[in-house]
Amino acid sequence: MRTPAHLLWIYRAYVLIFFLYLVAPLVAAGAFAFNDSLFPALPWQGFTLDWFFSPNEPKLGLFHDDRLLRGLGNSVFIGVIVAVLSVIAGTCNAFLFVRKDFPFKSVLYILMVVPLVIPGVILGISILVFASMIANFADRELGLLLTWLRPGIPLVLLGQFSFLTTITSLVIAARLQKFDVSIEEAAFNLGASGLRVLMTITLPFLAPAMFSAFVVAFLVSFENFNTTLMLVGSDAPLTVTMYDRMVKVGSTPVLNAVSVVLMLGSGILALISVLAQRERTSP
Amino acid sequence: MYDLSCASITKKFGMFTAVSDVSLDIPSGSFFSILGPSGCGKTTLMRMIAGFESPTSGDIRIKGQSVVNVAPNKRAVKMVFQHLALFPMMNVGENIAYGLRCRGDAKADIPRKVARVLERVGLPGVENKQISQLSGGQKQRIAIARCMVLEPDVLLLDEPLGALDLKLREHMKIELKQLQHQFETTFLYITHDQSEALVMSDAVAVMNAGRFEQIGSPRELYDAPVSGFVAGFVGDSNCLHGKLVEVRGQEAVVELDGGGTVLGHVFDASRAGDAVEVFLRPEALAIGSGSDSIRLDGTVDSLLFNGASSRILVRTERGQLIEIADPLAASTVSQGDAVALSWRPERARIFARRHA
Amino acid sequence: MTGRDAGRLSLILLMTPFALWIGLLILLPQIGIGYVSLREKVGFNQYEYGFANYAAFFGEPIYRNTLLRTAWISILVTILALIIGFPVAYYIAKVARQRSRAALFLMCLIPLWVSDLVRAYGWIVLLRETGVISTTLVSLGVIAQPVEMLYNDITVVMGLVYTVILFMIVPLVSTLQGMDDALLEAGYNLGGSRFTVFRRIVVPYAMPGIVSGCIITFMLAAGSYLTPILLGGKNSSWFTEQIYNQFITRYNWEAGATFGVLLLGFTSFVVWAGLRLTGQSLATTVAKE
Repeated sequence: MRTPAHLLWIYRAYVLIFFLYLVAPLVAAGAFAFNDSLFPALPWQGFTLDWFFSPNEPKLGLFHDDRLLRGLGNSVFIGVIVAVLSVIAGTCNAFLFVRKDFPFKSVLYILMVVPLVIPGVILGISILVFASMIANFADRELGLLLTWLRPGIPLVLLGQFSFLTTITSLVIAARLQKFDVSIEEAAFNLGASGLRVLMTITLPFLAPAMFSAFVVAFLVSFENFNTTLMLVGSDAPLTVTMYDRMVKVGSTPVLNAVSVVLMLGSGILALISVLAQRERTSP
Repeated sequence: MYDLSCASITKKFGMFTAVSDVSLDIPSGSFFSILGPSGCGKTTLMRMIAGFESPTSGDIRIKGQSVVNVAPNKRAVKMVFQHLALFPMMNVGENIAYGLRCRGDAKADIPRKVARVLERVGLPGVENKQISQLSGGQKQRIAIARCMVLEPDVLLLDEPLGALDLKLREHMKIELKQLQHQFETTFLYITHDQSEALVMSDAVAVMNAGRFEQIGSPRELYDAPVSGFVAGFVGDSNCLHGKLVEVRGQEAVVELDGGGTVLGHVFDASRAGDAVEVFLRPEALAIGSGSDSIRLDGTVDSLLFNGASSRILVRTERGQLIEIADPLAASTVSQGDAVALSWRPERARIFARRHA
Repeated sequence: MTGRDAGRLSLILLMTPFALWIGLLILLPQIGIGYVSLREKVGFNQYEYGFANYAAFFGEPIYRNTLLRTAWISILVTILALIIGFPVAYYIAKVARQRSRAALFLMCLIPLWVSDLVRAYGWIVLLRETGVISTTLVSLGVIAQPVEMLYNDITVVMGLVYTVILFMIVPLVSTLQGMDDALLEAGYNLGGSRFTVFRRIVVPYAMPGIVSGCIITFMLAAGSYLTPILLGGKNSSWFTEQIYNQFITRYNWEAGATFGVLLLGFTSFVVWAGLRLTGQSLATTVAKE
């Protein structure tokens, strides 16, 4: 049945309005980074890059703002470490669930998926509480000071790792599922040892999935707020630093500059991962 | 001296017996096929020879040496997989060099050996092509080259033609046979396609439900099947169901289900009163009346023209369709004609009925 | 490779990281907050155990109402996301041409890669009293005075829908894409009206996508923190905000843990009920992403 033209146009207009709704706040957050004004608001005062590069108050640029830069550094540091760890754990889990058989496999599989449906705030507080219980116990009974179990970067790493591993496991397991086991058998048949098969056949096959899992984990870690907020110590990552600034100082265009950097960074990374994905689908 | 021997191999998966007491000996340099329907245990048998499964009991010997306790990556048996299992992340040269590298060949020798084996399979100079750039037949030859470069004692082939289209498959049958001659290596070929097995092999083992039914040359299997399964599976056959009523020496009378009697020869231990099947090859039937008991009456249902292998379909009085390959008669009869079919009694083979 | 021992060894080696992860970072911490929620501080390092925290929670109308408010706003957001998102998903999956389909889908995913914080900040820039929309309306003469559009429930709902709608659209698009157009044509061919075809063919077919979209959307809405606080202001009375306040501001871990257990219990119940009503399983619903 053909849809009448005017209905189709109404439909298209609806979709268009929806996409405007999607991009409007992103454009607003980005555009005012370039407004030559002390407030991220109209009227437009002219184009400037001061909010990125100016070294002086009152328009202290992002790249001269030590606290924001430290936050950026912390975010990158946390993101890289947690992405590496969760890709390693995710690869192990993928092999465990795709290749091995063991009792209660389906129950354990559900446990593997569960971290995705636990609200991030609860993951954060539960790890905070549990780590403190251990630290208190060690302090009281053994006289040990386990400072890394107090809020700070190690706890943030653990908190993000706890749910990122689910994501990486699912991504890598989906790829491993598609692997034709006879390719491994062919390698054995040609005389390769188990380790050699893993290094020359299986891992190269998994590499694109491991790469996109890494990118996704890094991005999600970078923009995570809820879990991180509960576990953060003095070394806050960028999102928490930005939030602090927003709440304590109010909005200034430097926050728009941070938004631009965040959007550009994640946009580029997402693009890389899409390209990597494309490369492997059309060999 | 046999290149490959299996002695009473049995493989059980839990309660299920996949391979049951199978023995075979393959002489050096021959093309040996295992033919059977899917699920008959032929792939399990091949995986045991390659070392991916270990037999529950029995022994496998390669050039006289037992390999049951040898890991799959240490056996001098190479395998061409069903879907070829070429390494998609490597180019042609790297695929072929893989086994040489694993074996620890001198780096300098590898390119020379790769080039020589590519020449022998008729694809010189394709080292730097990607696997995805090859045609189906070329992939086939690369998969064989990847194994042959290691000069194995036995090459296993697991239905490697299954994925090809019909025309290429016909072509590759001949080519495989030629490659085998050229390498003078023992080939063990697994297939469910009887024409592949008949065309290429020096000897064929017909496998059913985990057991070998018959081992013999293609001609023996075709002309002298030892069981109803072999008679039905190898080549085309018309099959009539009935009951054995009288046996005189080898000659026997069968009362067909639904009436009428036919004459044939018994080739197994069936006795009077047993339910049997009578197998008649299309080319054993002629149009034109014979004497009683070696004739079936019917009408021509349709003519299937296919050049030299044209067939006549005749519907018997009991409604069964019978295929006849009688090239002389094909041009003289037409649809709806009443005809009589006749045969020589020794070409109607009687076996105990299968429990299918 | 050969031998049962090698297989068992590799199983143990692969199981260890999994067990450490799930045990130490998921299961024990959840048990941990359950345990803390059951104790009550009666003096320095002195605790009593019981359901006093839960009794306190249900005895205090502010807390109770916060939970109810979080619940109904989350459900409202889920329904709105479904109503607003379904036509968009249908457009991407069925109406758009092949070429623009991938581009539209990618555009849907872009905000996914932008932090919640940036998105909420964008809304602040647009909606506050000195914000873009208010200023523009004043200069166009539509309104005389700047208006504050932040800090009310409608904005919170709109912001939450914005945050979660992608997670509704993505599963819907992937299920709808699997639907053969011939099904629709057959529906019309057999005399169905546009509405009956939609109700009897499209919706049942999209049901798995609708369920997984709704579950994820609801979880994200109920567990969200930034959007309600930044767009709803200090008094948005959102449940995760209460948890944060109890834990970090008041340092009352016992009460905070109680709130956490209640939120987890509540969201798990809704997910369980949703799966139960529609006959889906958690593994297939979530793992599809």
